[in-house]
Amino acid sequence: MLDDIELLTQRVAPTDLRWSLRAVHERSEQLCVRQDIAEAPQYSRDAGVMVSVQDGDGLGHAATADTSEAGIAAAFRRAHGLARAVAGRMVFDPAALPPARARGRYQSEVQRSVASSPLRERLALLSQVSQTTHLDSRIVDWQASLLSVQTEQLLLTSEGGRTEQRWSQTMPHVQATAHVDGVTQTRSSAGQYNGWCQQGGLEVLDRASFSTEGPRVAREAIELTTAPQCPSGEMDVLLMPDQMMLQIHESIGHPLELDRILGDERNFAGTSFVTLDMFGHYAYGSELLNVTYDPSRPEQIASFAFDDEGEPAQREHLIEHGILKRPLGGAVSLARARAQRPDLQGVATSRAASWNRAPIDRMSNLNIEAGDASLDQLIGSIEFGVMMRTNLSWSIDDSRNKFQFGCEWGRVIRNGRLAEVVRNPNYRGISATFWRSLSMVGDASTFEVMGTPFCGKGEPSQLVRVGHAAPACKFSRVVVFGGEA
Amino acid sequence: MSVTGRSYFDALADALCVPTGSDERTSLLLKTESSTFIRFNRSAVRQVTQVEQAYATLALARGARRIESRVGLSGRVEADIALLRVEHATLAAALPDLADDPYLLLPEAATHSDRQERGSLPGPEHLVRTVADVAAGLDFVGFYAAGPVVRAFADSLGTRHWHHVETFHIEWCLYHAADRAVKATYAGTQWSDNEFARRIAEGALRLPLLARPARALKPGAYRTWFAPAAMAELLGALGWSGFGAKARRTGTSSLMRLAHRDAVLHPQVALAEHTALGIAPAFTAEGFARADRVGLVEAGLATGTLNCARSAREYGLVANGANSGEVPESLALAPGQLPDADALAALDTGLYVSNLWYLNYSDRPACRMTGLTRFACLWVENGKPVEPIVVMRFDDSFLRMFGEGLLGLGDRAELITESGTYLERQLGSLSTPGALVDGWRLTL
Repeated sequence: MLDDIELLTQRVAPTDLRWSLRAVHERSEQLCVRQDIAEAPQYSRDAGVMVSVQDGDGLGHAATADTSEAGIAAAFRRAHGLARAVAGRMVFDPAALPPARARGRYQSEVQRSVASSPLRERLALLSQVSQTTHLDSRIVDWQASLLSVQTEQLLLTSEGGRTEQRWSQTMPHVQATAHVDGVTQTRSSAGQYNGWCQQGGLEVLDRASFSTEGPRVAREAIELTTAPQCPSGEMDVLLMPDQMMLQIHESIGHPLELDRILGDERNFAGTSFVTLDMFGHYAYGSELLNVTYDPSRPEQIASFAFDDEGEPAQREHLIEHGILKRPLGGAVSLARARAQRPDLQGVATSRAASWNRAPIDRMSNLNIEAGDASLDQLIGSIEFGVMMRTNLSWSIDDSRNKFQFGCEWGRVIRNGRLAEVVRNPNYRGISATFWRSLSMVGDASTFEVMGTPFCGKGEPSQLVRVGHAAPACKFSRVVVFGGEA
Repeated sequence: MSVTGRSYFDALADALCVPTGSDERTSLLLKTESSTFIRFNRSAVRQVTQVEQAYATLALARGARRIESRVGLSGRVEADIALLRVEHATLAAALPDLADDPYLLLPEAATHSDRQERGSLPGPEHLVRTVADVAAGLDFVGFYAAGPVVRAFADSLGTRHWHHVETFHIEWCLYHAADRAVKATYAGTQWSDNEFARRIAEGALRLPLLARPARALKPGAYRTWFAPAAMAELLGALGWSGFGAKARRTGTSSLMRLAHRDAVLHPQVALAEHTALGIAPAFTAEGFARADRVGLVEAGLATGTLNCARSAREYGLVANGANSGEVPESLALAPGQLPDADALAALDTGLYVSNLWYLNYSDRPACRMTGLTRFACLWVENGKPVEPIVVMRFDDSFLRMFGEGLLGLGDRAELITESGTYLERQLGSLSTPGALVDGWRLTL
């Protein structure tokens, strides 16, 4: 399909205007076995193009799923018409944007493609996981699911840019709900919104230990029903990678999005407590905090070689030894921000949810680099605190400052040793000061590559898949609390 | 042929949804739109996009087996029919790999509905010029979405549902500075420059109050008036698992205590899924016709649940038009007796909360929610707004707030239309009055 579109674009694209065309073809399969019964498989097949045309100081975008010659030509005409309609009334001058000339390819590393396994085999695996999750009658609901997505994208620009990228993404999930003596608790393999999401084929299931996760998830759900409530007070917390991913996402990722800082998102997703003058010197966290934008990790879900505006992507530190260095901003936002901060450096992370949305500043892979503490050392350093696993609840203000997060599973640490399991662990804080309480960072043995398939933002709204890898991290003097008895 | 035209749908339906005389059932759910999206920042255009999209969810059922595929369509009817026929054959080939699904429930008889609402919408050039004119000198940041939207359903039983609306929805903030702003919305089918300008001017009049130094509140309990937009956030969070039959049966609903009568809401609280009041289609993705009204809470007591077809079969209930997530699409809280004009006087001293933000559960079994104030939330003394407040986090039980804590509901319900555009323009809505609540718990 992409080859045909390239040929047609060469025929119908304007020769006297600056333009780009981004074609997307995506297929997905969602399988779910709940309570040992396979639900109807859901497939999706989608294809279309987004055409952008600049005329003077106007820029318009038109999206269509009609990828015939006539359809693409019509999209060019509509985009041009919109560019004229808004000329002179835009918040930035599109004529001043840098040219997009990059050429290249990217392809996910896949060892065993999903298509290499018959549907019957995948359903049998899900049934087996479902059955092993139902440990006994205390488990009142349980399910195993598998989402696989294959995406192809071609970006062509009038400056000769041509990037072709192909991704394979796999997202397994196991969940169990237990009910004992009037208490109900739900536990999942990596969060109820597919925290285990990676690039690759069926080998992702091995990395996620999918075939053996059921009994653990079920045991922990049962354990939580009889566990005491999480203690309340100010104490140390040890956040494991499947909660760290959410902590990074909400209180580092979103506040560093340049379009938020520039005010684009104030009507919907919000603004940011970060301002342009902070870059280069602001102490975002303790000296132990090293945050990277890393599109180069093959298994991570948002790895790519080019962003959706055609900018080549490479690993960069956004925060180094606690000091804020760079925002998450692509070419358009960076050009605008440089009017105030000419020295500002961004990263290639303009992304679109699909062919029917224009790119905006997004997170891609946003990671915390490993430190040097083993898990035993982290636990051993805590006199009284709580280890928390697996995000359950998240809420943060529109400046991305005051947050409150909850986890599925907690465990008290007393005198440097793991003690009782506790339910409903929650904690709250303020982004601007929370990261300065980062007091120990786990080593590579505690590091896990996770993410979320559902990062929402933008007007019109867009969902993109975002990767977060992190080690276990210890934070000191955090306000912790549980639920009602 | 336009993807939002009736003839396009009819052509697809007639080609694919053919009676078979066997136990095989084919259905087609069509979702199409021709949308203009314009986002603004600082009264200028940030991004303008026109999107033509059409998706058909083609489902094939045979006996107790079902499989479905969502297919992006081009709008070229012959090509789309050919594509769907290929997809139909692919689904048919996969069907034998599936086991019987004992919870599969499909409509037993054909149903029909037809809703067609034409609109008068401004073109992008006119809209952009109008914003520049009426918001001149203001820090206007907002989003305009407009154009025809279609939801249609057909199956081989003969069912045909058609829902076509041409709407606009513009939502904006007038910013004073930082996170302080007046938020407003204008939505409908018949655009009026004058009405839009009136709403902008009305918002601008409220900006001087936001320029006053903000009051930093201490954590504690506060008497609070929630404007309808803030109520919509609270009720929206409640709809997230609160009313679903599956959530009730698995014990994961946030309203388990209400369902078990371990807690009661204030006798004035009456909640319903009121499709007849809303703008959502009157049919489900499986082709079931929706009831005009499904009572969920009456006189403060849990009375009903949202039952999707699958839950109905699994738990022996009657399907009542709920979507598969059993999330309300037209939730309505009945108004009370407190005249809106008297709301601040009734509040006397406390908080006026215009908007809430980013709600989630901090303790779902206890129906305890957390979230934040946003935009133009004010401190009120002796019935008069005094100053804005610094953003505050709350953590409080909905059951407490709208049980023993409820002092009164406003006498006028506001219809708040869904502005979401994830994947497609949403057609949900929520109807709610404002509410006066005692002892609202702020924590940070």
